[in-house]
Amino acid sequence: MAFISFKKTILRNLFSKPYTRKTEKEYPEGTRGHVENDMDVCILCGLCSIKCPTHAITVDKAAKTWSIRPMSCIQCRCCVDNCPKKCLSMGTKFQEPGEEKISKTFKQSEKAIAAQEALMKAAKERAAQAAAAKAAAAQGGAAPAAPAQNSEEKKD
Amino acid sequence: MSNRSVIPFGPQHPVLPEPIHLDLVMEDEKVVEAIPSIGFIHRGLEKLVDKKDFNEMVYVAERICGICSLGHGLGYSEAVEHIMDIEVPARARYLRTIWSELSRIHSHLLWLGLLADAFGFESLYMDCWRLREEALDMFEASTGGRVIFSVMKIGGVRRDVTDEMLKDFNERIFKMEEDLKTLTRPFLEDAAVQTRLRGVGVLTSEQADALGCTGPFLRASGISCDIRSTGYCAYGDIDFTPIVSTEGDSYARTKCRILEIFQAFDLIHQCIDKMPSGDIEVPVKGMPNGEYMMRIEQPRGEALYYVKANGTKFIDRMRVRTPTFANLSGLVEILKGCDLADVPILVLTIDPCISCTER
Repeated sequence: MAFISFKKTILRNLFSKPYTRKTEKEYPEGTRGHVENDMDVCILCGLCSIKCPTHAITVDKAAKTWSIRPMSCIQCRCCVDNCPKKCLSMGTKFQEPGEEKISKTFKQSEKAIAAQEALMKAAKERAAQAAAAKAAAAQGGAAPAAPAQNSEEKKD
Repeated sequence: MSNRSVIPFGPQHPVLPEPIHLDLVMEDEKVVEAIPSIGFIHRGLEKLVDKKDFNEMVYVAERICGICSLGHGLGYSEAVEHIMDIEVPARARYLRTIWSELSRIHSHLLWLGLLADAFGFESLYMDCWRLREEALDMFEASTGGRVIFSVMKIGGVRRDVTDEMLKDFNERIFKMEEDLKTLTRPFLEDAAVQTRLRGVGVLTSEQADALGCTGPFLRASGISCDIRSTGYCAYGDIDFTPIVSTEGDSYARTKCRILEIFQAFDLIHQCIDKMPSGDIEVPVKGMPNGEYMMRIEQPRGEALYYVKANGTKFIDRMRVRTPTFANLSGLVEILKGCDLADVPILVLTIDPCISCTER
């Protein structure tokens, strides 16, 4: 009789799926694993380093680098939420354990630096043109000077 | 007259996930007195209010404890919101309720597993933790984290949950309910388990009231006291009655917690059905100025958050009174007169969370 009551369990165990999970886990889309930076889009504004609660992010504008200390990062997603250019993103893979407190540095490529410098140059030129136009308007008479000043304030 | 001896229990003990030390004064096999001492993992998180501004402090509050992390973030945010007179949108309140109930499910399932391990049921322990994994998966899908969720913020929540995901949660919870029904049978019906739990460590309702116990530990002694009845978050809108047992022994505490898991399933279903649409956060303007005492119901009982702000971005004082701290006096009481072999289970039945207690 004992065998008969056992038979059910044996049969169930033979034809059922494994009770445990596979070790390779599939992470859901929104898992906060680690921070990544798309340096071609990044403008090195430094907002992420200001908003980071653990000061894990360092932005070096002179050397054009963006670095993060993964061991200090608490994966709170603050930097990603505050990024104005949306170049920061969270990957699903977790930071691997290590013996040293490493720092990951991302450097802007030459192409991206050139593109951003071209943008800056164009912006400076536009500003210079606007200043010249303003100076010309001021020379033209007192009446048009007032609206020109207003438009300048709006730009600020 | 027999001699008295003192047996040190903890801070490292197989049954204790966290360090607490008890000096057990023994008379033969009976415990006459238990003297607890804490302070092995004090981290000084309350002092960090000097260093982190009131928005960043949410992340510090979440790290007070790994199991009740969501509750700590919630309690701190609610306290600051009350100081700043912020009206949290309805959807955010409902999401907070769903997450708190999920955290109750995962905390209670963890505790059930530890209890099974304490009385020697290894596979039951694994089964409980396997079921807990489902709750953690739901957390991971909706918040992005499994232990530290980082979804609370002052003025609302940081992440919205889509309607498809909520529907999926409904189904997953129905499945969990089925699995839990089979899991609870050994806890509540097995004869061997009952001999370890029934009539052990009885705390009468007068004692529980006088010692200021909280949570399932108090409700198992027949006192209906649950902070969720005050109606913070969305608890005021949904149908909720506290679960109470009258026996006051270890069995009653186990039963109380198991029924609370089932109740949590029901509360999540209710929240998903009534989920309003709209914003999940409101912008926060200005700095907090004033003080507030917020009480919330953690899985382990009533937790109290005191926040005093001075109008700058740094808060003057944050104080957390956690449920385990309140329950320790009850633990000392129930340990008196018990057998040495029952001590591990009795320590477990208050669901000790020492990280919370010491902060």
